[in-house]
Amino acid sequence: MGTVDRALVRDVSAIALASGVVGVSFGALAVSAGMPVWLALFMSVVVFAGGSQFVAVGVVAAGGSPVAAVLAGLLLNARHLPFGLAVADVLGRRWPTRLLGAHLMVDESVAFALAQPDLARRRAAYWWCSGLLFVGWNLGVTVGSVAGSTVGDPATLGLDAAFPASLLALLLPGLLPPRKEPAPAGTPSSDDAVARAKATRARHVALVGAVIALVTTPLLPAGVPILLALLAVGVALR
Amino acid sequence: MTVLWILVLAAGTYAFRLAGPLLSERLHVSSRAQELMSLATIAMLSALVATATLTASGGFSGWARPAGVLVGAVLAWRRLPFVVVVAASALAAAGLRLAGLP
Repeated sequence: MGTVDRALVRDVSAIALASGVVGVSFGALAVSAGMPVWLALFMSVVVFAGGSQFVAVGVVAAGGSPVAAVLAGLLLNARHLPFGLAVADVLGRRWPTRLLGAHLMVDESVAFALAQPDLARRRAAYWWCSGLLFVGWNLGVTVGSVAGSTVGDPATLGLDAAFPASLLALLLPGLLPPRKEPAPAGTPSSDDAVARAKATRARHVALVGAVIALVTTPLLPAGVPILLALLAVGVALR
Repeated sequence: MTVLWILVLAAGTYAFRLAGPLLSERLHVSSRAQELMSLATIAMLSALVATATLTASGGFSGWARPAGVLVGAVLAWRRLPFVVVVAASALAAAGLRLAGLP
């Protein structure tokens, strides 16, 4: 394992651990909503999308129909389609890696891949992040569903802040103007100007996307505001 | 939730996940389109950051969570290690809740 990979695995382990603890609370919620332990774990392995699992189990626990639960979950997961377009090069053209990599696609691994400078590192980041999150999440769900309703709320540990903070930390370098190198005398290079313009476009798109999602969240079902945020790409087309 | 409904959710989710890689093979992707796709990802990830920071079930999340995320954002901006950013944001939110902030 190279030094790059070692740093990567350390970073990814932190969010896999956080996701594992959230998995513990999902397991506890699922069994307290009447699901057997094996079914909670089965759901986590075959769906592997935490947000939609909480929503689906929550809808049924609140007395909703399974159809409503599945639709709410699917609406939340529709964002994986545009994510998949963005990481298609990471998954490559070989069928086994493509089929497996698609199942393991999560917000964190897409963000981790996006933050890397070249294809080799994008691939390493995507697979390490997806793989460790899969292990962490499902171990967590196993522990939580066996331990049952004695498990506390992950918010007590502040883990609800860890998820957005980790995505933001991955996004931020792409949104800020490139760091000033100790510049040799003369005019700034055109590479620098291109990178600067790219970061500015990314910043505008990020801000508009965040505003669209925040304004529409009280009005629309969960998941739709995230898809509407795609309209923000329009500000880069001018 | 029965096994059947879980399988429907799993199949639909997998279809969304696999559609991107399959579609991108059919489309001939120019470098301009490639940049737009990474901008689309940035738009959705930042929308996720904003809603996961400030909202809970369609309403305001309370102050402890955004305060924790803000601590993480400042540390990330100061280029502290990722692990520190994630741990500090969780600790800050947990500490504020312990102090009685919702």
